[in-house]
Amino acid sequence: MMRIRSKVAHWALNIFAGLGLLYLFTPIFFIVAFSFNKPKGNFNIAWQEFTLDNWMHPFAEESLTRALRVSLEIAAVSTLISTVLGSLIAIALSRYKFRGSSGINLFLVLPLTTPEIVLGSSLATLFLGQNFIEFGFTTIVIAHIMFQVSFVALTVRARIRGFDWTLEQAAQDLGASPMRTFTKVTLPLILPGILAASLLAFALSIDDFIITFFNSGNVVSFPLQIYGAARVRIPPQINVLASMILFLSVAVLLSGTIAGMRKEAAKTSAAKPKRRILNKSA
Amino acid sequence: MTTGVTVSRRIGTNADRVGLGAMLVASACLVALGAKWVSGPASSVVLLVLALVLIGVLVLALRGGPEARRLLAPYGLLKPGMLWLALFFLAPVWSLLRISLSTKPSRFSVDYNFSWAFENYSNAFKDFGTQFQHAFVYAAIATVLTVLIGYPLAYVIAFRGGKYKNILLGMVVIPFFTSYLIRTIAWSTILADRGFVVRTFDAVGVVQVLEWLHIMDNGKLLNTPAAVIGGLTYNFLPFMLLPIYVSLEKIDTNLVNAAGDLYSSATRAFRKVVLPLSIPGVFAGTLLTFIPAAGDFVNAQFLGNPNTTMIGNSIQDQFLKQNNYPVASAMSAVLMFSIASLVLLYTKIFGTEDLA
Repeated sequence: MMRIRSKVAHWALNIFAGLGLLYLFTPIFFIVAFSFNKPKGNFNIAWQEFTLDNWMHPFAEESLTRALRVSLEIAAVSTLISTVLGSLIAIALSRYKFRGSSGINLFLVLPLTTPEIVLGSSLATLFLGQNFIEFGFTTIVIAHIMFQVSFVALTVRARIRGFDWTLEQAAQDLGASPMRTFTKVTLPLILPGILAASLLAFALSIDDFIITFFNSGNVVSFPLQIYGAARVRIPPQINVLASMILFLSVAVLLSGTIAGMRKEAAKTSAAKPKRRILNKSA
Repeated sequence: MTTGVTVSRRIGTNADRVGLGAMLVASACLVALGAKWVSGPASSVVLLVLALVLIGVLVLALRGGPEARRLLAPYGLLKPGMLWLALFFLAPVWSLLRISLSTKPSRFSVDYNFSWAFENYSNAFKDFGTQFQHAFVYAAIATVLTVLIGYPLAYVIAFRGGKYKNILLGMVVIPFFTSYLIRTIAWSTILADRGFVVRTFDAVGVVQVLEWLHIMDNGKLLNTPAAVIGGLTYNFLPFMLLPIYVSLEKIDTNLVNAAGDLYSSATRAFRKVVLPLSIPGVFAGTLLTFIPAAGDFVNAQFLGNPNTTMIGNSIQDQFLKQNNYPVASAMSAVLMFSIASLVLLYTKIFGTEDLA
């Protein structure tokens, strides 16, 4: 009796989890399916008929394509700068023990525990009464770097937590200059963490809407274009571009996982012959 | 000569104090300049202090010997990022507070004068009290729902995923690779009045029940509070699920087995072993979900109606459409302070130290 009950509970939980996954994918099915729809009128919201037209002409909506390009440019510039700034902070925090490090740790979390609307509106008040920068590309990039720095610093710090810093000393003992030690020893070892953090920063920048909305001036990024268009028309190209971004990110995710698995496999196969040699000599 | 050497040695051994002090002074200078705390000739003085401090640290690093350099190094690495945050995170908060206490000479003027105008705050509460209430109530309900959906899913992936663990985790994240706005707009189409979901509910005959539960309203699903809460729940689910998963993943399954060996039932083992060990994840997830949800205005805009607007909608409207910066800033400041105090209270009650 007991066993049947626990079995039922076991499967009920699995089914609940399955339904949870289904819930997560509901709008995604919808977005991808409607990229193949031939809409009647301005709004791509009712299923009419199957067509490949939208996928043949993904960049037919000029304003949408332009906005996507602007978003990619913003993400590229802001990711580059924030990756450098954030990684330096992470290296300082994990490499050194210093006065004030706990305060810095707390300070880094603050931007993440502040609602985006507060970050966006307060930054806009900073730009309001001055004559140095006009609202536009530069202010968006500044805003994005501001929230990316914390994410990058925390991600990189988490990834290099177990790093063996005595390797640096070893390199210097063998006569390497500090610069050479950094480029030949430190950087290659912490690079995977930095790359992962920069991918996250890039994704955050591409998708940011609320903070950008407050600091954009006349510049229209991809999310802003969608927001502005949503009340007037929803062309199927939105779905096509969204699906493209989705498939591309899945491809990046998969290639990362596969590369990781290959590395593991290479490690284990490299370890085997060594053992054989040891056996021989013994 | 000897005094000079001892002085420089003393500076050398205390270089960390100098480095930290220089960073703090430089940050304060940037906040003062950015927030227009100082103006005119005073700002040139502050700029000069900033330059002198930075040059001073540089000189100390170049001439102070290896020990001083080692002590100064972390501050050198921190400085670019920290000064960026000082100028574009701290200074804005300061200028937000300043504008929230300012008045505008006329409705269409861009200028504003600082005048301790506390009436902005009372006006914000008087005119937008409902919106504050909506923001906190909707965000709280959405947070509870993300725990109810996210915890079981994270549990199944962490303990029953086996070799498919990473694939399942990837599947949880994949939906969030599409744009936030597109996802929300997709929900508005799914829940639309004559859409698939409403028609299914009609066919099954649960509309009456859902109306009684206040989930549906006059046969509508879209443009109801439930739709807004549903959107918030959906969009912030990964922020709850991932921290819970991380804390569940760390649990040693031997502990659960040990509980079983000691004749504890499965539910009791869960309650006494797994649940307490996963509380840090729930704690972090709650903050990561509630904070952005309370400030959100996208879900209320696309899935709600004029009676379900949240404080984010009002701030956005007052700031960008009405150009009423003082009241918009006052609302932003109230949102910031109330969330900060909620977080503090929450940390006091649940007392988990490691947030990050």
